[in-house]
Amino acid sequence: MSFSDYTVGAPVVDKAAPDGPIETRWERRKFGVKLVNPANKRKVHIIVVGTGLAGGAAAATLGEAGYQVTSFCYQDSPRRAHSIAAQGGINAAKNYRNDGDSVYRLFYDTVKGGDFRARESNVHRLAEISRQIIDQCVAQGVPFAREYSGLLDTRSFGGVQVSRTFYARGQTGQQLLLGAYQAMERQVNAGTVTVHSRHEMLELIVVEGRARGVVVRDMVTGEIESHLADAVVLATGGYGNVFYLSTNAKGSNVTATWRAHRKGALFANPCFTQIHPTCIPVSGDHQSKLTLMSESLRNDGRVWVPKQIGDTRDPREIPHEERDYFLERKYPSFGNLVPRDIASRAAKEVCDEKRGVGPTGLGVYLDFDDAIQRLGRKAVEAKYGNLFEMYERITGENPYEVPMRIFPAVHYTMGGLWVDYDLQSTIPGLYVAGEANFSDHGANRLGASALMQGLSDGYFVLPVTIGDYLASNKLAPVAPDDPAVVEAETEVRERIERLLSINGTRTVDSFHRELGHIMWDYCGMERTEDGLRKALELIPELRREFWNNVKIPGTGQELNQSLEKAGRVADFLELGELMCLDALHRRESCGGHFRGESQTEDGEAQRDDENFSYAAAWEYTGRGSAPVLHKEELEFEYVHPTQRSYK
Amino acid sequence: MKVNLRVWRQRDAVDKGRMVEYVVEDATEDMSFLELLDVLNEKLILSGEEPVAFDHDCREGICGSCSMVVDGHPHGPEKATTVCQLHMRKFHDGSTITVEPWRAGAFPVIKDLVVDRSAFDKIIQAGGYISVNTGSAPEAHATPVPKANADRSFAAANCIQCGACVAACPNGSASLFLGAKLTHLGELPQGQPERWERVVNMVETHDDAGFGGCTNTGACATACPKEIPLDVISQLNHDYLKATVGGRRKKA
Repeated sequence: MSFSDYTVGAPVVDKAAPDGPIETRWERRKFGVKLVNPANKRKVHIIVVGTGLAGGAAAATLGEAGYQVTSFCYQDSPRRAHSIAAQGGINAAKNYRNDGDSVYRLFYDTVKGGDFRARESNVHRLAEISRQIIDQCVAQGVPFAREYSGLLDTRSFGGVQVSRTFYARGQTGQQLLLGAYQAMERQVNAGTVTVHSRHEMLELIVVEGRARGVVVRDMVTGEIESHLADAVVLATGGYGNVFYLSTNAKGSNVTATWRAHRKGALFANPCFTQIHPTCIPVSGDHQSKLTLMSESLRNDGRVWVPKQIGDTRDPREIPHEERDYFLERKYPSFGNLVPRDIASRAAKEVCDEKRGVGPTGLGVYLDFDDAIQRLGRKAVEAKYGNLFEMYERITGENPYEVPMRIFPAVHYTMGGLWVDYDLQSTIPGLYVAGEANFSDHGANRLGASALMQGLSDGYFVLPVTIGDYLASNKLAPVAPDDPAVVEAETEVRERIERLLSINGTRTVDSFHRELGHIMWDYCGMERTEDGLRKALELIPELRREFWNNVKIPGTGQELNQSLEKAGRVADFLELGELMCLDALHRRESCGGHFRGESQTEDGEAQRDDENFSYAAAWEYTGRGSAPVLHKEELEFEYVHPTQRSYK
Repeated sequence: MKVNLRVWRQRDAVDKGRMVEYVVEDATEDMSFLELLDVLNEKLILSGEEPVAFDHDCREGICGSCSMVVDGHPHGPEKATTVCQLHMRKFHDGSTITVEPWRAGAFPVIKDLVVDRSAFDKIIQAGGYISVNTGSAPEAHATPVPKANADRSFAAANCIQCGACVAACPNGSASLFLGAKLTHLGELPQGQPERWERVVNMVETHDDAGFGGCTNTGACATACPKEIPLDVISQLNHDYLKATVGGRRKKA
C-alpha cells in the first residue's frame, strides 16, 4: 500500500441529527427517544470501558437508572483515570458574573474556538447542559472555589472574554472526578454497577453487526475474559501518547478505540491534536512525560522572549524594552489569553527564530513579576501557589524569583471515533463518550471545555440516547461460545503470544520514543506535505521492526507491564500512520492542524472552507489495504465561518 | 550521577520476596525518581531480566498511583511530594537508596512494588458520597457555602487516595484517609443528611478491611504528600462519637 492511497467512499450521515431551531433540538431529541420500561432496565446489561469523567459519570447515571452496568479500568482504582489531572476548570454558561455570558455565547465561542470544524447541534447541546453540570457537581459535594459571600467563584480562560470557568484550586479535574467516582461507588454499593479495575480492554466483540461485548485481560493474573452485554460504551480517553511525550498519563492509550476502529467503527479527524502552550520544557532524554502548567496562569503571567537573538542574560537583567511580549504584540485584544493553538504556534515561531530560552532554546518565559508587583506576592500565591510549587519541584527554580520557562506539549486529541448526535458510533450498540469521540471541539478545544464535555456526555447525553437504542432493538442473548466471541478471544490470545515470542533486542519504550519523535517532527505543531510523506515512510518501517525485534520479558500469565505497553505501542504504530494520512489529505490549516502550505500573509492558519468543511471519518479496510474516507459535511446555520481573529 | 539501589523484588503474592541491589551509573539531577526506575528497567529488560513492577500513571502527583517507600519514607524523604515528583537533585552522587512497597496488612503485595489498595474503594462504597441522582440537583447557588467551610472541605478533598498514610502508620490504620473524606463531605451543607450514617458505615468497613486502629502518632499527616491536616482524625472521632454514643444516627 502506498501511503497516499486512499479512496473516498459514500458520505457518512448523522441519522440522529435533529433539525429545527437550534435551541430546541436537544429538547426535541429527548422527547423523541424511545424509553426502556423501568421494570425492564435491570434486565439490560451495559458495559462501560473507562472510568474518567465520561465513563464514571455514565456508569453512575446508568446504574441510578436501574441498568446493570459493568465497568472496566486499567488503573488500580477508578478514581485514578486521567481526568484527575485536569487543573484549570470547567466552563458553564451560568452568567453569575453578569458579564454578558449566555448559552448562545458559550456555543458561539466553542464553535469559533474549534475553527468551524465541529457540529453546531452538538456544541449547542453542550452549552445548554453546562449549567446543569455545575448544579449536579455542587450537589455531589464538589468543593469548588467560593467567594466570601459563599457563592461560586469563576475565572477567565483562553479564547473568551467572559469569566465562566468554575474551578477548585489547581485540581478541578480531581474534584469533579471524585464526584463521579463516588457516585459510581454508590451504585456499586446499590448493586447496579460492578467495577473491574486492573482490567484492560483488548478487543470489541461484534455479533451480527452489533457491539455486544469486550475481551479484557486481567492485568494481575493475565487471564483473558469475555464480557457480554446489550450495549458497549467506550470512554477511554484520547491518544496523545502516540507522541510518547505528552501531558497524558503514562498508561493513556488508544487500544480500546483502535480495536473498535478495526472492527468497523469510523475514526474521525485523527490529525486534530491539541498542543498546549504552557508546559514545562523537556530536560533530557530520560524524560518520560511532560507536565502541564494550567492555562489559568496566562491570566496573570506575561509571555515573552528577548528581542535579540542570542541574548543569554539572566531574564531578570533584561530590561522591559528589550523583551518581546509577543502575544500582547501580535494579539492586542486577547493578549496572553489567545486560544491554545495560537499561543503554541506563536511560541514555536519565536523559537524557530532562535529567540527561545533555556538550555535547549525550546522555551519561552512566563513571567509573574508584574503580577507580583500589582497584586502582591500573597495574592499570587493564593491563586497559583500549588502550581508554582510543582514547577519548582520539577525544575529546581523558584518562579516567584525567576520567570517560568514553558514550551508547548501535546495535551489533548480532538479526533476520535466518529459518533452521531446520540454518541453512537458506526457500529450499532457502540457508544463513545468524552475525549474518545470526535464530536464537540472541532479542530481546537478551548480551555476548560474537556471536563464540560466529558461530564455532559456521561451524565446527561448518553444515558438518554442509549435508552433509545435499547428500547428500539430486540437483542437476543449472545452465547459465550458464539463464534464471534471465540474469534475475538482467539485474536487476543494470538496477539499476546506473538508479542511474547519475538524476543528481539529493543525495548518497547525505545520503539515508542522513536515513534514519538517521528510524530512530533512531522505531525506536530506544523505539518508539511514533504514531512508527512516522510513520516508515512518511516512509520511502517518502524512498525515492521517492532514486530520483528521487540523484547518483552516475562509471560502472559502474570502482571507484566512490558507486555501491557507493547500492546498499546503496537496500536499507536498503526494509529500514527492514519494520523499522518489524515494530516496529509487535509491541505488546509485549521485550529491545531497547521499546514505550512496554508497560511495567511501574517502567518495565521488559513482554512479552506470550500474544500474541507467536513469531518474526515476513516474506515479501516484490513491490514495493508488503503483506508476509505467518508466525509461528513458540516453545515453552519448560526455561526458563520470567518477567519478566526484574536487580534 | 551514580546511584546504588536496593529494591524489593517479589514475584507474586505468595513469593517471600527479597531485597536486590542494582547500580545505575547514568542518573541525572533532572530525572524524577520514577524516571530513574525507568532507566534501571530498560537495562534489566535488555539484560534479559524482568523489570521492577511499580504503579504509576499521571506522574504529576495527582492520580495517587505511585506508591513506594523510599529510604523508609512513604513517597521518599521530601515533604509534601509524591514519589513521581521527587527528583534526583534531592539525592547525593553515590548514595544508596532503599525502595520498598507499601507495608500494610490491608494492602497485600501483588508484585515487586505493586500493592492491592482496593480496600480504599470498599470504604468509599460504604458511604463516601452524597446520594444525589443525576438530574435531581437544585440550582448551584441555592445553597451558599461559607468560604471557611468550603476551604476546609477542599483541604480535606485534596486526598489522592495513595495510601501513604497507611504505609506510615505503625498500626496500618487508614484514619487519615477516612477523616479526609468525612471532613470533605461533612463540612458542606449538602453532606449533612447522611453525615451520621456515613461515619459509622465507613468506620465499620475500614475495620473489616483489616486496617488497624488509630493511636494518634501523627505519622500519617507527616507522610501525606497532600498535607491533609491531622485534625481530620479529630473530626472523624467527633462524628463517630456523636453518631453512636450521642445517638445522632437514627436507625431506619
